[in-house]
Amino acid sequence: MTTITEQTAETPKLTPKDFASNQEVKWCPGCGDYSILKQVQTVMPEFGVPKEDIVFISGIGCAARFTYYMDTYGMHTIHGRAAAIASGVKALNPRLSVWVVSGDGDAFSIGGNHFIHLMRKNFDLNYLVFNNQIYGLTKGQYSPTSEKGKVAKSTPFGSLEEPFNPSELALGAKCSFVSRSLDRDPKHMQMVLRRANAHKGTSFVEIYQNCPVFNDATFFAFSEKETKKEQAIFVEHGKPLIFGNNEEKGIKFDGIVPVIVDMNTSGVSANDLWIHDEQDKTKANIMARFFDNTFNDEHFPRPFGVLYAEDRPTYEQGMQEQIEELVARKGKPSLDKILSGDKTWTIL
Amino acid sequence: MESTLAGKPGHHSAMVEAESIVIRFSGDSGDGMQLTGTQFTDTAAYLGKDLSTFPEFPAEIRAPIGTTAGVSGFQVHFGSVEIFTPGDQYDVLVAMNSAALKVDLARLKKGGIIIVNTAGFDKKNLNLAGYPPGVNPLEDGSLEEYTVYKIDITRFTKECLEGSNLGMKEIDRSKNMFVLGLLFWMFDEPMDFTITFINEKFAKKPEIAEANIKTLKAGWNFGDHTEIFTTRYKVSPANLPKGEYRNISGNQATAIGLVAASELSGLPLFLGSYPITPASDVLHELSKYKTSNVKTFQAEDEIAAICAAIGASYAGGLGVTTTSGPGMSLKTEALGLATILEIPLLVIDIQRGGPSTGLPTKTEQSDLMQAMYGRHGEGPLPVIAAASPADCFDTILEAARIAVDHMTPVIVLSDGYIANGSEPWRFPSAADLKPINVQFTTENNNPGGTFLPYKRDEKLSRPWVVPGTKELMHRIGGLEKQVDTGNVSYDAKNHEAMTRLRAEKIEKIADGIPDIKPETGNASGKTVVLGWGSTGGAIKTAVRELIEGGYDVAHIHLKHINPFPKNLGELLKGYDQVLIPEMNSGQLIQLIRAKYLIPAIGFSKMQGLPFTTSELKHKILELIK
Repeated sequence: MTTITEQTAETPKLTPKDFASNQEVKWCPGCGDYSILKQVQTVMPEFGVPKEDIVFISGIGCAARFTYYMDTYGMHTIHGRAAAIASGVKALNPRLSVWVVSGDGDAFSIGGNHFIHLMRKNFDLNYLVFNNQIYGLTKGQYSPTSEKGKVAKSTPFGSLEEPFNPSELALGAKCSFVSRSLDRDPKHMQMVLRRANAHKGTSFVEIYQNCPVFNDATFFAFSEKETKKEQAIFVEHGKPLIFGNNEEKGIKFDGIVPVIVDMNTSGVSANDLWIHDEQDKTKANIMARFFDNTFNDEHFPRPFGVLYAEDRPTYEQGMQEQIEELVARKGKPSLDKILSGDKTWTIL
Repeated sequence: MESTLAGKPGHHSAMVEAESIVIRFSGDSGDGMQLTGTQFTDTAAYLGKDLSTFPEFPAEIRAPIGTTAGVSGFQVHFGSVEIFTPGDQYDVLVAMNSAALKVDLARLKKGGIIIVNTAGFDKKNLNLAGYPPGVNPLEDGSLEEYTVYKIDITRFTKECLEGSNLGMKEIDRSKNMFVLGLLFWMFDEPMDFTITFINEKFAKKPEIAEANIKTLKAGWNFGDHTEIFTTRYKVSPANLPKGEYRNISGNQATAIGLVAASELSGLPLFLGSYPITPASDVLHELSKYKTSNVKTFQAEDEIAAICAAIGASYAGGLGVTTTSGPGMSLKTEALGLATILEIPLLVIDIQRGGPSTGLPTKTEQSDLMQAMYGRHGEGPLPVIAAASPADCFDTILEAARIAVDHMTPVIVLSDGYIANGSEPWRFPSAADLKPINVQFTTENNNPGGTFLPYKRDEKLSRPWVVPGTKELMHRIGGLEKQVDTGNVSYDAKNHEAMTRLRAEKIEKIADGIPDIKPETGNASGKTVVLGWGSTGGAIKTAVRELIEGGYDVAHIHLKHINPFPKNLGELLKGYDQVLIPEMNSGQLIQLIRAKYLIPAIGFSKMQGLPFTTSELKHKILELIK
């Protein structure tokens, strides 16, 4: 097994360019994936992990081509299975920095089973889902995150299904780090990527990504300045939940129900608002539901940032500790002992 | 077939020498017949008899009590001569209830012994077993041609444990020990091994251990003291090659083979698996070896199991996945990925009756075509098969060697018959096992340029670079690769070149496969029986018996099915006729006919059961005459 060494002072400092492979990037012009690739390449050098210790694993779809564009180790696999393959990589060599890149169809439809199980197992890896609410590579069918009624190639009269709410799904699957960002907010995405990298456990990063060809402008409400402040809320640990064009709106609890208050008119101050606590799963569950749910018929802004972060042992750590404990208690049997088993007889 | 036990002299407890004996323990799923059979087997094995076993159980864990659907059987064939099969028919049938007798009587030899638990023949049990009202086989004379011992085992067990603190259910569950004790007495086998086993198994429940031992001894004493049994039988130790032996099942040998492959290659072992009958025991067994650089991973499904194994191989381990038919189907897409990635991987298919859920607990050799061709696109893979329980060990080592030498997934075929069956194994010493050489690539193979992950060596195998290796970062994936660079390529000529290269690489494995020779019989002649996989024991026995009878017949047994040993075609052409028995409707025969253009003759059995020796002999004789 290769030993992975910490980056030392002598190691030349890497730059974002060092993480670009020699392959031509072939996404459509204007695709949100370009921004994500750029932000990932931007933050990578900060992590101090040598390039050879980084592995990108992707499934199938536009997003999955990401792997070819990173000058790290990488495997572009099959549809939906990146999570399972990444599990094997991390289980065998826990010291590798493993990144999974997936799309909404790849992660939540064909790979749905692997997604939920990966979340609960809690390998220390990062799972990025580029959510564009459409199947792009197969040219425009509705996806499991498309809104109900979506008119697409396979649903000319509108889709009949409720979409997944990825944050809620991840929390329900016991994910230890649930976050959301968007392609058109580079700084925010970099922040979330840094947090994901720092988190020990499976870091789920949902990234709203514009597909200019098949689902253009789907997320513009959260990124364009005309609507962003009313439609999106950027949450930070320890800070009150404030949004609105003039940062005049806040969210507080009325019993167990969240309510939106106007701080200018209600007499409620920022100190009285819901203070975001990443480690509070109950509140994270409510926050995740700022999606298509309303509370008391009020429409809530879509949350971005780290919704939930929990410290808990990782799968590979548990696996390693169990092995070490067994070795300490029982020792390692010789191959001869394994071959013979406990009961033998001799023929003379 | 006449039983060797028939017509023996009849004074009290005469000891008669028998060459080999087949016993069938048969009862309800909850009657403990598997344990009884295993204990009898272990004792016979430790005393140096050669043997072969055949556990046969229903797919339901607890089918309705007393019904024929719930009958669980364990067959053991032991002898002072070489034994290669669990026996076509049995000399002794232990029937714990009416259903057991009904199901298993047909394969009892004429004149054989039946030991019945009469408590299992009351009105209720007879009815459950489907005997017509008023009919009791123990009383209507239908068993006249057998020697029947009617014993109320249930009552004797109760009486024996009267006054113990055990509940009625626990007392009733001890009755298999009474049977075991009685059989030990009948076949002059000691009880010591089982007593040790019981004490170890119930170390924390001494009252259960005590009850079991008491019942075991009661069974022995019953044989010894009552005058019911006229004869005892002695089977001398077999004249096996000198050495140290253990008893081993195919699934155990598979698990141990994997541990050995890991140690011999220095590669950490990673098993990704999802529970499925009859493969789960490999996962169970391997999970015990976590201290030996083994990681086992029970995945969320069959697909994740193989995918995790692919990930582990990519990261520099020996990735393995174990499964059976339906799971094999689920894995095929990922197997295609492993094929184009050209990384080592072992895919072990413990075949069972299909299609679909089919016969989960019954055996079949029906996945050969799936192993050969069951992938989209063209991606041939090496396929090898195990011939007997112990042979699973050698087969796994061979598979691991091919996988790392040739950078390829390897499909290993075992089946339910040898997976659960057991035989004595003269196990090797670690020092006698050949190391498996693994060369990770750490230097750029294209000095001055970009590393070429698909540049091939003389075997056409590509470099294995483990993530973590400096300067050799590269990307691989499921899209078609450009020759040498491994970059994505849709170029027409390149795809044709890569398709040919992948196939040629697999063909080249044959360079390292030794010439095949007949296991039994001459290297040319009138008739040859060509087998593969678990039919090995039955064919060997049949062919040996026919050769002894003066017939010109030989037996060739294939381990390597893709590619075939290079001399196979020439060898087969040296015989006038080639018979291919398979537990399927004829799969190897299609490969042989297509490749060598010889008019091979097929012999199929699709009953979820292995071939019997007599079936094979009959077929061979039909052909010879």
